Amino acid sequence: MSEITPDLVRHLAGLARILVTDEEVDKFASQLSLIVDSVATVSKAVEGDVPATSHPIPMANVFREDVIEPSLTQGQALSGASDSADGRFRVHAILDED
Amino acid sequence: MAKEELMNYEQALAQFEVVIGLEVHVELNTNTKMFCGCKNEFGNEPNTNVCPICIGLPGSLPAVNKRAIESSIRIGLALGCEIAPTGRFSRKQYFYPDLAKNFQTSQYDEPIAFEGALEVEVPSGNKFNVLIERAHMEEDAGKLTHVGGSTGRIQGAEYSLVDYNRAGVPLVEIVTKPVFGAGAEAPELAAAYVRSIRDIVRALDVSDARMERGNVRCDANVSLRLHGAEKLGTRTETKNVNSLRSIERAVRYEIQRQAAILAKGGSILQETRHWHEDRGITSSGRPKSDADDYRYFPEPDLVPVQPSREWIEELRATLPENPAERRKRLAADWGFSELEFRDVVNAGLLDQIEETVAAGAKPQAARKWWGGELSRIANDESKDVAELAITPAQVAELAGLIDAGKINDRLAREVLGFVLAGEGSPAEIVAARGLEVVSDDGALIAAIDAALAGQQDVLDAIREGRMQAAGAVIGAVMKAMKGSADAARVRELLIAKANA
Amino acid sequence: MTDLTRKSASELVDLLASKQVSSVEVTQAHIDRTNAVGGAVHSYLHVSPESALATAAEIDRKRAAGEALHPLAGLPIAVKDNLTTTDAPTTSGSKILEGWIPQYDATVVAKLRAAGMPILGKTNLDEFAMGSSTEFSAFGPSRNPWDLDRIPGGSGGGSSSVVASFQAPIAIGSDTGGSIRFPAAVTGTVGTKPTYGAVSRYGLIALASSLDQIGPVSRNVLDAALLQDVIAGYDKHDSTSLPESLGSMVEAAKKLDVKGMRIGVIKELTGAGFQPGVQARFNESLALLQAAGAEIVEVSCPSFEYAIAAYYLILPAEASSNLAKFDSVRFGLRVTPEGNPTIERVMAATREAGFGPEVKRRIILGTYALSSGAYDNYYGAAQKVRTLIQRDFDAAFAKADVLVSPTAPTTAFKLGEKLEDPLAMYLNDIATIPANLAGIPGMSIPNGLAEEDGLPVGIQLLAPAREDARLYQVGAALEKMHEEVWGKRMIDFAPELEVK
Repeated sequence: MSEITPDLVRHLAGLARILVTDEEVDKFASQLSLIVDSVATVSKAVEGDVPATSHPIPMANVFREDVIEPSLTQGQALSGASDSADGRFRVHAILDED
Repeated sequence: MAKEELMNYEQALAQFEVVIGLEVHVELNTNTKMFCGCKNEFGNEPNTNVCPICIGLPGSLPAVNKRAIESSIRIGLALGCEIAPTGRFSRKQYFYPDLAKNFQTSQYDEPIAFEGALEVEVPSGNKFNVLIERAHMEEDAGKLTHVGGSTGRIQGAEYSLVDYNRAGVPLVEIVTKPVFGAGAEAPELAAAYVRSIRDIVRALDVSDARMERGNVRCDANVSLRLHGAEKLGTRTETKNVNSLRSIERAVRYEIQRQAAILAKGGSILQETRHWHEDRGITSSGRPKSDADDYRYFPEPDLVPVQPSREWIEELRATLPENPAERRKRLAADWGFSELEFRDVVNAGLLDQIEETVAAGAKPQAARKWWGGELSRIANDESKDVAELAITPAQVAELAGLIDAGKINDRLAREVLGFVLAGEGSPAEIVAARGLEVVSDDGALIAAIDAALAGQQDVLDAIREGRMQAAGAVIGAVMKAMKGSADAARVRELLIAKANA
Repeated sequence: MTDLTRKSASELVDLLASKQVSSVEVTQAHIDRTNAVGGAVHSYLHVSPESALATAAEIDRKRAAGEALHPLAGLPIAVKDNLTTTDAPTTSGSKILEGWIPQYDATVVAKLRAAGMPILGKTNLDEFAMGSSTEFSAFGPSRNPWDLDRIPGGSGGGSSSVVASFQAPIAIGSDTGGSIRFPAAVTGTVGTKPTYGAVSRYGLIALASSLDQIGPVSRNVLDAALLQDVIAGYDKHDSTSLPESLGSMVEAAKKLDVKGMRIGVIKELTGAGFQPGVQARFNESLALLQAAGAEIVEVSCPSFEYAIAAYYLILPAEASSNLAKFDSVRFGLRVTPEGNPTIERVMAATREAGFGPEVKRRIILGTYALSSGAYDNYYGAAQKVRTLIQRDFDAAFAKADVLVSPTAPTTAFKLGEKLEDPLAMYLNDIATIPANLAGIPGMSIPNGLAEEDGLPVGIQLLAPAREDARLYQVGAALEKMHEEVWGKRMIDFAPELEVK
């Protein structure tokens, strides 16, 4: 079987900031195991010196001039926010209170 | 927070070898941000220099600022780096509210510049060759304000507010290789290195380079190992060192703190620490549990940066003289003593003196006026010398008038005052106010006679070689002539009169 | 006047230009059609009848005043709901964006507005375009107009069904692994994925940045050509945008000639694994092409064996990164757990509630593929497979001008049939994925009905990068041959939908 254990799923879900229930952890672990087993073939396919392709159509040196463009207004920037105050996005405390 | 134990500094150095590493972030002074056309400007209303790209709205895409690329290449060249034939952007992934996309677009294994070196001189005069690992481009995060806690810091805050004006501002991160052999001067070296970087980026005009504004930020890495040991010790990284002085103090503190732990048989925790300038200590920062797994991968929305050799050479031609090279050249040209030259450098007067000499003054004269009277005045007025209302050309003119015998030192100081008050150039002021040294012997003799009135014994004393008496007469003449007499000439005439 | 909704887009364009119909009439006709059958098909997530009619009225006024207008002015269109629109909510089929009104228009949307095309509404899709059936839409699936118990394909099942059910003459879709082409195949319509970079992705809510492309959805090839000519073109906001024009697709579609063209049949995309009716119709089309003067050659692309595996590593990896921005802070859903939660817990709870199971699955898989320790074997290896696939295509295109295959292995399956088996779902894309990995353009056109179930099948055409015109040339020619054989257009075989 593969290396996708429930513990690993919990760890990955943590890295991705997604809360998962125990039931989901088990379900994902078994589904992802199947998927990972089937995709594991890729590492065999590329033995030898094959370069990676990050961009399907090779291009380089795409720049823009250092010229100011119109920005959003503060109101527009905040228009999608669940919560804001003093012109800024408001979020819950970043650390647990110790 | 319990105060941590420190080992005596000399003791620590006797037992351990110090290794430091420095990461300096330079904020570029481009007009716009790294990946969008929002203004790169400090001090505006929150969230007014933002757009879909820098607040990470769904569907937005980055576009690279050409001037930021140029500035990065020039920084790399100034640090003696290789410029990568292919550089690539990568995504560095972690979640934090000041990161609009929850990843930072940075550079990972293909930075724009690498393998450089910088010669750094510490106050003692020792020189160190600091090797540069790499310089890469990245974007800054937004600004968080923590509300509700007692200190405005993150601990105990109720909530936080995010302003993305700074998000996306271009940064260049310069990373040194581990620096060995600094010994007791490690703290000074760290500060001197950062000062050199600051001077370089200022001279390149790629950054405002004001540490107090956060344009240049330093993270200091410190580790210790026993003398002769092969393996490097565990290092700590100290952040929030906002001034050259803090860097020196923080490095010194970490050396003492780590030495105390190691001497007791303890081990150093690899962590990020926070410097507290008020208390002079570092404290443990938040442990970053997934800090090591940033899951870097090449940024798919941006294409590689492949600067041509021609472009790199064009940019190389725009580099100003390397500050260390420049200092060598000026020191040789001016012929100051080592101490005199170092004083000038430490006082930040190189530019002024160079320009004054270029305007015709002798180096020593330029040094005398800038380092002497003008520095004193600036200090009195709590100003920077550069802020005084006088130009190097005017100082050169002043020195020229002295050389020509038109004014003496005392008059020159008066004239200086009038220049600073905005009355015009030295020559204009001398003419307008009639401040020229009196060179008319007749007038001088008349003044001498007046001063001598009723004091024939003075001439006798002078004839007999008792020169103190002369001083009083000269003083009286100078006073009567309101300082506009040439004291040396008065003395000559007095002695001639005595011997006549 | 026969039912305007049965006319092709190019027919409507002619009627509008010659003022035989008004845009308001055309737009209203489609709004009426949606009111009649829209509920049964569920193509739309949002309809904008008022603003569409307002645009239509404005165009009619301008046309009457003799103002110069874009050729497609007044022609209504539907837009997939993963493209940002400032005047309609944009959800990308997800609860996490329910109700979000974007602050900017996607470049493609801006082009439609500049052309004066009334936007009828936003079409349904699998959540964040992850899926092949629209069953993963958070707002319920769309249905296949040919059989309402079957899927219309995905992720762009909303766009394909809206066009197949005559609710819009044309639509915009996006294709990452077949999301335009698979729905086209199973609904008897036309869909093109242009060369990567031909159409700007600015404003397309990103799934896999190096695979995504926006393209036209229509009932015939000429209509798709008209639309591709409008939406394609360089955009400075998209750094992967092709600087050069690819020429006129409309001109290519009018050539109607395949004499001397070499048509390459991809060995690995025929035979076992393909439904008999799919394979039979494919072979018949090859015979038609040959009879029209094309040369049929066989090509082999052995690396296609790894295409799905590579795709299901690259896509989740890039998607996991692109979806990190959905964190409750700047836009979208926020779920606040009980008590005094930290922002971390709010983010985690929001993403748990806002993302569906397929999205979560792929994010976790993608996080794994990028994690240190796994990168080289997974994401890193997959990027190398891309190189092998490109090499296979290069070799194939040395022997053929255009490559062909069945678009998909099967006809439309029933709703619910593949939901519990993600791997089975992924196999729908076996023929379409290689084009996205290589960045080359691909088109699916109707290829008849499978006799075993009477459902539409598609034929896929592939061309080298930047040679999109070849697809339109061959596609339009084959389409004409089909009509000559069948006696009518493919879509005319579709059963009539019950009108409310």
